[in-house]
Amino acid sequence: MSCAQTIADYAFRSLGYGERLLPRSDFTLCQQFTLIGSGMIWNVYFGVLALLAGFALATVLALGKASSRAVLRKPAEWFVFLFRGSPLFIQFFFAYFLFQSLSSGYPMLSGLTSAWAGALVVLFFNTSAYSAEIFYGALQSIPKGDTEAADAYGLSGWSRFRRVIWPTMLRLAWPAYTNEAIFLFHATTLVFVSGFPAIQQRGDALYYASYFADKTFNPFVPYPILAGYFIVLTLIVITLFNAINRRLNRHLPSDARRRVKYRPQLVR
Amino acid sequence: MFAYCTDPASLDGLAWLSCYLTTGKHMNFYWSFGTVLLLLAITAPTALLFGYAGASAARSTLAPLRWFGQIYMAIVRSVPDIVFFLFFVIALDQGIEYLRHVTLCPDWDQPVRQGNDFVVCTAAKMPLGNAPQWMHEIYGAGLAVLTFALVFGAFAANVLFGAMRAVPRAQLETAEAYGMTRRQVTRRVLVPQMWVYALPGLSNLWMVLIKATPLLFLLGVEDIVYWARELGGTKSPRFTDYPHGDWRVYYFGFLLLFYLAFTKVSEVVLSRLMARLTLGQATAGGEAQRKAA
Repeated sequence: MSCAQTIADYAFRSLGYGERLLPRSDFTLCQQFTLIGSGMIWNVYFGVLALLAGFALATVLALGKASSRAVLRKPAEWFVFLFRGSPLFIQFFFAYFLFQSLSSGYPMLSGLTSAWAGALVVLFFNTSAYSAEIFYGALQSIPKGDTEAADAYGLSGWSRFRRVIWPTMLRLAWPAYTNEAIFLFHATTLVFVSGFPAIQQRGDALYYASYFADKTFNPFVPYPILAGYFIVLTLIVITLFNAINRRLNRHLPSDARRRVKYRPQLVR
Repeated sequence: MFAYCTDPASLDGLAWLSCYLTTGKHMNFYWSFGTVLLLLAITAPTALLFGYAGASAARSTLAPLRWFGQIYMAIVRSVPDIVFFLFFVIALDQGIEYLRHVTLCPDWDQPVRQGNDFVVCTAAKMPLGNAPQWMHEIYGAGLAVLTFALVFGAFAANVLFGAMRAVPRAQLETAEAYGMTRRQVTRRVLVPQMWVYALPGLSNLWMVLIKATPLLFLLGVEDIVYWARELGGTKSPRFTDYPHGDWRVYYFGFLLLFYLAFTKVSEVVLSRLMARLTLGQATAGGEAQRKAA
């Protein structure tokens, strides 16, 4: 079977299109590249959507946490502590079983027991909590002069937030937020090894990589391929976030701009 | 466990629960918390050791050793953690068996990799095929600890490398001026002083390490995740005296609480340790303490 044929068969296997049966023997390098790459679609899907939605919730949570009103502060603090203080792996398990028992009572929630929705919700909450902590830290370190200047110009309420507080917060938080984004993409690999099942073997990149590693009993091919894909993904994320960082800091002289520094962490 | 537990079907309420929570399997569940804490207690110092070795290698004057240290720090940090966990466990296992194969069976002429199989001679199997069950478990746990230590060692190496560079240069120069050798400077001045700079990074790493422990489950250790899945699943009256529905959500809720509590306790202890270490140091933290006193 030629490589083009393999790509045609398996490129969208993770979404359920193409050849139904996974290769069972005589694994070629092309098959491994194609299937693991096909799985990356899920990693990108989870990462991008959770990041976009998480950004909005994180801003709200950070403002809540910085609020002087306990009604707003306490829930935000608890939310952040809950999701930052426990392992994501356990959160996936817990959420899966929680959604399962909920869906027996409320049939409309049954979509949440499948990974595309349920795991996305968990990742969304998780990245919101981590980003909220970063944004909160940035809010705390906004230079006093900036807010005083905003007051002096007669800005208040929404326009003060929109024109001064928020842009400055983003500017300060951006290098750390870039790391959070990378970290989130890495965390998407946990989805299918936790509670969420890969229905009809539609899994993410790690799912297929471990499939090959189990079948061939040779970890030295699929995992480096997976690692390669992730390094490329990481580079793309860094490039995008660097572009945004330049845009955020475009009013500053070039040597005063804070550079995005890649400081990855692991497991959350 | 209790005398009244002989006939669970006749019990209800708290009495039933007290019997249910003290069955043999639940005892295994409680013990598995001990297993996790034990593995954590072994892994943390091992990872620190790997980290120290990595950081020292990266600072070495010998170029190949320095490259080795730097590559170790760079590679492990740029790929998703879990990939490494899954990779190293098989790779280490095969590596050990291959080495034993080469030394123990020199006259073996077939290739080790035959298609989809990894074949070594019987004498090279780790642990040996006729070894008791506990040997297999210990070996599995040992591999898991080594994997964790390798991955976290790279992170610790990075933290310690930064901390070693953060020790004020003047301190080291003073030590050199007193005629200390490079080794003496390292042992008497650099290492004692680097901890205060390393601690924020190391405590962060500790938190991350705590949160990585459920991944032991993926490495085949019978840990708390394993038992929570096992015990929480639906039990039919045919196989057990304590039938119940799907309770996994409660078990995992309990694990969630366990980790939250563990994180909180660690935070408190580490902040105390930090206060202790900054005492009298020429850092912003030490200065703040001096002013407060």
